[in-house]
Amino acid sequence: MTDLIRNTAAETAAAIAAGEVSAVEVAQAHLDRIGAVDEKVHAFLHVDTDGALSAARAVDAKRAAGEELGPLAGVPLALKDVFTTKGVPTTAGSRILEGWVPPYDATLTRRLKDAGVVILGKTNMDEFAMGSSTENSAFGPTGNPWDLSRIPGGSGGGSAAALAAYEAPLAIGTDTGGSIRQPGAVTGTVGVKPTYGTVSRYGLIAFSSSLDQGGPCARTVLDAALLHEAIAGHDPLDSTSIDAPVLPLVAAARQGATGDLTGVRVGVVKEFAGEGYQAGVMQRFNESVEILRGLGATVVEVSCPSFSYALPAYYLIAPSEASSNLARFDAMRYGLRVGDDGTRSAEDVTALTREAGFGPEVKRRIILGTYALSSGYYDAYYGSAQKVRTLITQDFARSFADVDVLVSPTTPTTAFPIGERADDPMAMYLADLCTIPSNLAGNSAMSVPCGLAPEDNLPVGLQIIAPAMADDRLYRVGAAVEAALDNQWGHPLLEEAPAL
Amino acid sequence: MPGITREEVAHLARLSRLELKAEELDHFAEQLNDIVDAVARVSEIAAEDVPPTSHPLPLTNVMRPDVVRPSLTPAEALAGAPAAEEQRFRVPQILGED
Repeated sequence: MTDLIRNTAAETAAAIAAGEVSAVEVAQAHLDRIGAVDEKVHAFLHVDTDGALSAARAVDAKRAAGEELGPLAGVPLALKDVFTTKGVPTTAGSRILEGWVPPYDATLTRRLKDAGVVILGKTNMDEFAMGSSTENSAFGPTGNPWDLSRIPGGSGGGSAAALAAYEAPLAIGTDTGGSIRQPGAVTGTVGVKPTYGTVSRYGLIAFSSSLDQGGPCARTVLDAALLHEAIAGHDPLDSTSIDAPVLPLVAAARQGATGDLTGVRVGVVKEFAGEGYQAGVMQRFNESVEILRGLGATVVEVSCPSFSYALPAYYLIAPSEASSNLARFDAMRYGLRVGDDGTRSAEDVTALTREAGFGPEVKRRIILGTYALSSGYYDAYYGSAQKVRTLITQDFARSFADVDVLVSPTTPTTAFPIGERADDPMAMYLADLCTIPSNLAGNSAMSVPCGLAPEDNLPVGLQIIAPAMADDRLYRVGAAVEAALDNQWGHPLLEEAPAL
Repeated sequence: MPGITREEVAHLARLSRLELKAEELDHFAEQLNDIVDAVARVSEIAAEDVPPTSHPLPLTNVMRPDVVRPSLTPAEALAGAPAAEEQRFRVPQILGED
């Protein structure tokens, strides 16, 4: 394994800027790695070899011309297949979009290209980002690089697996209920859900519009900060985009890496423990809390009683919004069309196409959402879920009056075996127990690796939660924990992953 | 609260334009019944006086000046269409023959 694929994004960008290596060499090394291991991992749905090499050549030409390069110029990235890419297939993990080639770039895609980031390809995901294991992809599951028979999390399992398999140093995910943080936790990588509204959703194929948020995935906290700064910022094409300056996230990560958390107040969420939480996950979590204390933070216990209702509220709100958003897949303007034999009506063709093009989880959620929004049930289900959303937001507000960040395990368990929960929706939903409240309230949260569970030697994630528009706190605290743990282990956690 | 029946799932599938197979209907009805039972818990704490939240941000309409800007060409807009004719999306019949 060469250093080119093990380097961090920050190191790679510096080496390219200094002329120690060309962007083309870096891109080729990653394409070679994908060629060598992705048959086993299946992190990618589409590898854009020509596009990646041409983007890398453009960075090299810019450097040769003496132009200034951005902080991520020439760094390869794996893009979740839910963001549109002009001229490059985009499926959202669904048969209904198989073969579709978008005529436009998402704002996020555009910003990556403008930053000189080299997009290697599109990563596997649960269909329309609905799932916690990537098993709901219409194109087959992704393996967790720590143990290929286990799930890499979901819905952004492909992005997280690409990082852990050294196929890319950076990746993009989307987090509707935990789809960035949970894959980060179970693959030993870093994942951040930014404050809702700070990363544009234009060109992000919608699942649940009031919850969906794109964000950075990386192997280090600093790399996540660099990527986060590159993709964040106001976008007039997204009506929910917040018009505010991007926070100094890289500076916060650098400050955190010095290891001083004096004056930082940390709250441990009392409700995220107990039944259903794996012993080794709690052990590593509790050790992380001690590390925070050792770095100078004040730690107190915080109670958020409404959080235990977050999961049921989410499984009403997200399917309700999805049932409306996915109505656009009607077989008329793009995507799959089935049964158009000249005798059937448009309505029948739509129903046949959706039956053939959607997988079981998508169908379940469309039906559930349609039910929750039905007259007669609306108040009891969707209406009540909206009230729970208020109560959860109030729990956060009360907590953040006393503490700067909250912490919890990112997930109750480590990666489970592929197949174990595939046809048991209720069991699958539990994977997002600790991540969902932040989506409902719209605040920011990060998962950072905090060790291996002793019973199965699989990665555990520490979740750090900050208020809305205070994402910089995640980077300060996350980088401090990362530095302390790397120092304790003598190396980053991922070096303990078995060779592929 | 009552659970969800197989007949209700069939009706919801029709409303959702999903042509489900009989065995899918059986399977989903059972699973959705469990899910509905579990999510119904939200009513336990959703008191009268709690205001609903539909979105994490206070939303206001966002306008832009009404001026012509570059956009997709007809060929680009139709490139992904299952069928196209004379610069239009060709769709199956929407109204009856009569």
